Amino acid sequence: MSIPRIIGAGLIVIGVGVGIGRIGGSAMDAIARQPEATNKIQTAMLIAAALIEGIGFAALFATQEVVASTPE
Amino acid sequence: MQLLESFSFGLFIWQIVLFIALLLLLKKFAWKPILDAVDEREKSIESALKGAEEAERRMQALQADNEAAKKEAMIERDAIMKEARDTRDDIISDAKTAASEEGVKMIAAAREEIDIQKKAAIADIKTQVASLSLDIAEKVVRQKLSADGSQKELIDTLLNESKLN
Amino acid sequence: MRLKNFAKALILTILTSPVFAASPSSDHSDSDHNKELHTEHHGEERAETAADRSEFIQHHLQDAHNFVVWDAMHWVIPMPVILIDDGLHMFSSARFGHHEHDTVESKGKHYKKHEGIVYRSDSSGKLIKTDGHHVKPLDLSITKNVMMIIITGLLMLLLFRSLGKSYAKNGGISKGVGRFMEPIVLYIRDEIAIPNIGEKKYRKYLPFLLTIFFFIWFLNLFGLTPLGVNVTGNIAVTAALAVLVFLLTNLTGTKDYWKHIFDPLGDAMPWIAKFWLYLILWPIEILGIFIKPFSLLIRLYANMLAGHTVLMSLIALMYVSATWSWLGDPLALILSFAISLIELLVALLQAYIFTMLAALYFGFASEEHEHHEEAHSH
Repeated sequence: MSIPRIIGAGLIVIGVGVGIGRIGGSAMDAIARQPEATNKIQTAMLIAAALIEGIGFAALFATQEVVASTPE
Repeated sequence: MQLLESFSFGLFIWQIVLFIALLLLLKKFAWKPILDAVDEREKSIESALKGAEEAERRMQALQADNEAAKKEAMIERDAIMKEARDTRDDIISDAKTAASEEGVKMIAAAREEIDIQKKAAIADIKTQVASLSLDIAEKVVRQKLSADGSQKELIDTLLNESKLN
Repeated sequence: MRLKNFAKALILTILTSPVFAASPSSDHSDSDHNKELHTEHHGEERAETAADRSEFIQHHLQDAHNFVVWDAMHWVIPMPVILIDDGLHMFSSARFGHHEHDTVESKGKHYKKHEGIVYRSDSSGKLIKTDGHHVKPLDLSITKNVMMIIITGLLMLLLFRSLGKSYAKNGGISKGVGRFMEPIVLYIRDEIAIPNIGEKKYRKYLPFLLTIFFFIWFLNLFGLTPLGVNVTGNIAVTAALAVLVFLLTNLTGTKDYWKHIFDPLGDAMPWIAKFWLYLILWPIEILGIFIKPFSLLIRLYANMLAGHTVLMSLIALMYVSATWSWLGDPLALILSFAISLIELLVALLQAYIFTMLAALYFGFASEEHEHHEEAHSH
């Protein structure tokens, strides 16, 4: 694995981490404010986190696409 | 690209075929009976709840009816009691008035009787006095006068005059 | 349930170790000699160098033509290989043998396995190339993953059929194992299908959602057992699931769904103005149709693959260094245990997310006059 790839992966993880962290934090705030809406908030939170995560994984794959192991 | 190189179309085809088969089999043998049963159970629970609610409502209505009946009965009882009391009072007062009227009547009758008796007694006394005085006068006159008619006439007129008094 | 998961995680950690422990006990000494020895044996008894470990993990993550139940004990179940290459070729996977240069001859054609993929070769084991590409026959083999899909399918059929039957027997009350599944079925109906699709149309999609949820969940859980299966972490499997979601979404799409894609502005603008906007909007919207299921397939695949990779890497940590083993081994054990617990959660979460998003897409597809009503209510 080359250095640029590792750096790229790190950047992606930072981005995704910030994104999901913000979602989680906001969800916590929202739940603290309206505990009765916990279920709805959690669902929305999971969906948003899943979307970010999906893009993050796609990007990770773009960085980590290993050279084809073509048989000799 | 390793990803595309290792992408197995065989597995892809198997997955699609097997998944659709699984979906159809589960739909027929599992999801339909499960969901139907759950639906039915939910419906029965709902209807049971509704029934219970209805029963409670009916019970409440019944209770309200009972309450109303009780109240009515109380009112009726009170009315009857009042009527009875009134009737009793009426009877008593009637009796009282009747008694007093009777008393007055009796007193009046007694007075009348007394008057009549008095009058009769006075008349009797008058006749007796007349005859007595006649007797006395006769005796007086017989001694002084012999059977003188003019004198007897005189005495009668005198007597009549006294009767008129 | 918690106890069961706990036990499963424990068993996982204990049983996965033998797979790596397959390397001889003399592991940490004279490694050069061992390395030579290991290169002789392909597909087993290797956990020596970093490259070996990495290859072992890769091997585990890949599909396989035979079912290795316990590597160290040589419990290997051969399975049928079915190839379509100008006709049907069927033979046992055991015939591929253990060596790189083993070839299988079937109906006059030679086949060879390289990195788990079957290629056409000549009799000497050299791969045939045409137009610069190796010739790959369509491999319809009953591989390890296909086997696991069939087993999971049968398990689901058994489980949910018995649940379905138990209602009639017990007067509307479930009994047995299915009793545990019933709340989950209801959860999917009440919390996923109805809110996302709507009261009117959810019935049509519910069987698909239920099937896909339990299918993914069960296979994710199977992936955590020491059987070494990685079905939901295989891109062909998730791609197939995503394609089904894609087809179901677009084939059941209502008029409003398509209108939303191709004519989102409606009567708000004259057509000449809309046309220029749509030149930009259409490609985005059409791309969106494909991106939605694509994100589904990447998410599930990447999550499961990443989970397996991390877990196996942590377990492999125990075989890295002799000098630090007093620290590394317990640490690796604790970490892999913790990751196993997290993976249990992820197994459920990914199944939930997949189902949830599929329901969301179905909801888009089956929407009817929603925005019109909104416009009127304003």
